Amino acid sequence: MRTVTPKMTGAEIFFESLKKEKVEYVFGYPGGAVLKIYEKLYDVDFLKHILVRHEQGATHMAEGYAKATGKVGVVLVTSGPGATNTVTGIADAYMDSVPIVVFTGQVPTHLIGNDAFQEADIVGITRPITKHNFLVRDVNELALTIKKAFYIASTGRPGPVLVDLPKDVINSVCEFDYPEKIELRGYKPTFLGHQNQIKKAAEILKKAKRPLLYVGGGVIMSNGDRELRLFAKENNLPVTMTLQGLGAFPMTDTQSLGMLGMHGTYWANQAVNNCDVLVSLGARFDDRVTGKVDAFATKAYKIHVDIDPTCIDKNIVVDLPIVGDVKHVLAELAAEMDEAPDLTEWWQQINTWREECPLHYEKNDGKLRSEFIIEKISEKTKGEAVVITDVGQHQMWVSQYYKFTNPRSHITSGGLGTMGFSLPASIGAAFGIKDRPIVSISGDGGFQMNIQELVTAAYNKLPIKFIILNNSFLGMVRQWQELFHAEKYSFTDLSDSNPNFVKVGEAFGLKSFSTNSPNNVDDILEQAFSYNAGPVLIEFKVVKEDMVFPIIPAGQSVKEIMTKRLDPKEMV
Amino acid sequence: MKHTISVHVENHYGAFNRVATMFSGKGFNIHSISIGETEVPEVSRMTIVTEGEDKIIEQVVKQLNRLIDTIKVIDLTGQSRVERELALITVFYQKGTRAEITNICNIFRGNVVDINNKTITLEVTGPPDKIDAVINVLAPYGIKEMARSGTVALKRGEQLKQDKKETVI
Ligand SMILES: Cc1ncc(C[n+]2csc(CCOP(=O)(O)OP(=O)(O)O)c2C)c(N)n1
Repeated sequence: MRTVTPKMTGAEIFFESLKKEKVEYVFGYPGGAVLKIYEKLYDVDFLKHILVRHEQGATHMAEGYAKATGKVGVVLVTSGPGATNTVTGIADAYMDSVPIVVFTGQVPTHLIGNDAFQEADIVGITRPITKHNFLVRDVNELALTIKKAFYIASTGRPGPVLVDLPKDVINSVCEFDYPEKIELRGYKPTFLGHQNQIKKAAEILKKAKRPLLYVGGGVIMSNGDRELRLFAKENNLPVTMTLQGLGAFPMTDTQSLGMLGMHGTYWANQAVNNCDVLVSLGARFDDRVTGKVDAFATKAYKIHVDIDPTCIDKNIVVDLPIVGDVKHVLAELAAEMDEAPDLTEWWQQINTWREECPLHYEKNDGKLRSEFIIEKISEKTKGEAVVITDVGQHQMWVSQYYKFTNPRSHITSGGLGTMGFSLPASIGAAFGIKDRPIVSISGDGGFQMNIQELVTAAYNKLPIKFIILNNSFLGMVRQWQELFHAEKYSFTDLSDSNPNFVKVGEAFGLKSFSTNSPNNVDDILEQAFSYNAGPVLIEFKVVKEDMVFPIIPAGQSVKEIMTKRLDPKEMV
Repeated sequence: MKHTISVHVENHYGAFNRVATMFSGKGFNIHSISIGETEVPEVSRMTIVTEGEDKIIEQVVKQLNRLIDTIKVIDLTGQSRVERELALITVFYQKGTRAEITNICNIFRGNVVDINNKTITLEVTGPPDKIDAVINVLAPYGIKEMARSGTVALKRGEQLKQDKKETVI
């Protein structure tokens, strides 16, 4: 039914539309082009505006909120610099398929193209990094455009949508008419998988001797984790997950092989390399997963389930594509599986690999290590926290040592690899999730990239645990320098320049801790996790020069896997 | 191999840019691209000639389909189709060669559309390989400048399916 009301301004229509979309939070920052919206916001009580300290922070908060809740994250910024500051977050959301809608102010339509004050062609700039974007040229199109933006962002393969709002459009008036439903002739995501293809997949799986499920973020986005669990358990199938897929299947389950790819487990990578049927579920055969494509899963019949047809046959040519929503396809696939394959031998083989080369770190030299801390946090939170990581070594260690048991619990910048993601994204997650601990884990480098948002966390009294694994290095880059760049540690040593993190935390109003001893870890975690009146910061001064293992060097295959630091004696 | 792809896009601001941005962003080749209105005013038709292995072309078609502003994408390659291109070619002439050039123009069923004391401008239409042939023959006389429209194409006997209208309930 249509609801037509008396005339409203663009600013009023903007908020009425957000109300229709049931938006709870807007992460934003004001400025000239959006003053009229902020004027109206003053009287709005049905949503909360969160004032950030940098517009990049706002986009990552929206991402954190969206990934943790499955709802659309919303950003509001001014034109020009406000808009360009959102670009990294938008690109990040595009790579990781995160549903966010970014509203940018724009100079009045008659000034567009005149190099007006604070003008930037943000629609042009973001065209290759948005699922879609709009410039609203007439207030009569505003409500419909907002409806389209939310619809496009949240359906099919989700992604960021940008809506550019010229100042005069916001000031003009028209009737408010918000459509309940829309259909776009150029956009109709395939939802149901092809019946015959699904039947065929089941036939092949029933006969498989060495099947493997390769699970990506799509399973989590489609809320298909329950279907995955049932399907995997009933058929005794081994499950390996991508970085974005972690949590889709409980890592505490013996059927979980952990993560695959560059820093994946030895046994997961061996399983990929030796399986006879590989079922990819909502994953995209990214180069960090496949390494050398010619050597990837060469023995496997490949089944690929994805809602985005462009993912299919892009990096790896598959034998059986199924385009559709993973949740639905999984349910139908499970229904077709009337007999489970006999996998005794396959499991024996996998378990041999597991024992051959387990994850390992030095525990007995009295030094503080990231892996140890992550294991402690995993135990403390029983694998049930929402853990938001940054980019680098600590990110990979979290993927290896935190035992995720639930979907939407592991939030990280995977596709773009954006340092500075964790801190603001954890703020977004903390607004969305109130009943589970929120743990942000960063390196000392990335923590400084959006450090200004600590005030957003403190001001809003969010009970986030900000963990800094401080190795005084840009650790992951240092690791590559050691392994592949002649040990030239060019501009990665931060030991002389890092700030005093405890003082930084305190200045922003956070309860702050620091230690370099493994003996203090339990005590500090206990204090931190029992304090929920606001955020805490914990700096763990860890060993400087540890490396993440295993590692398959970029573009190589599982044959080249390195599982430990080479002893200098062995190197000659 | 060369492929001719016909794309129906929404006839509004930015749709053409979206297609062009996608091609450059993904590193796909464009030989020619042309755009104009169709029988339905809100829809434009782009004809894109691109080149690549089958795997690349499959991606091109999928990526085009993925854009929200594209309504229909058809790879016309291998289908019975009409393909035409228009070229305007300005050629230098000397005393004895003017007749030769107009003769060539006639053979290719072109028109002389301009002439001055040094140059003569021809208009030729036809399939792209015919245009290539004309250019080859004219090259020895000295081509001053040239403009090609890019290919436009239609499937033979094609019936434009009426796609579902954008419905706002
Ligand atoms: C914005 C950005 N700039 C540069 C990089 C390249 N980069 C990848 S990992 C890394 C080092 C990260 O160091 P740190 O935050 O201390 O974490 P660690 O690896 O030590 O855990 C760098 C510089 C990046 N991913 N993102």
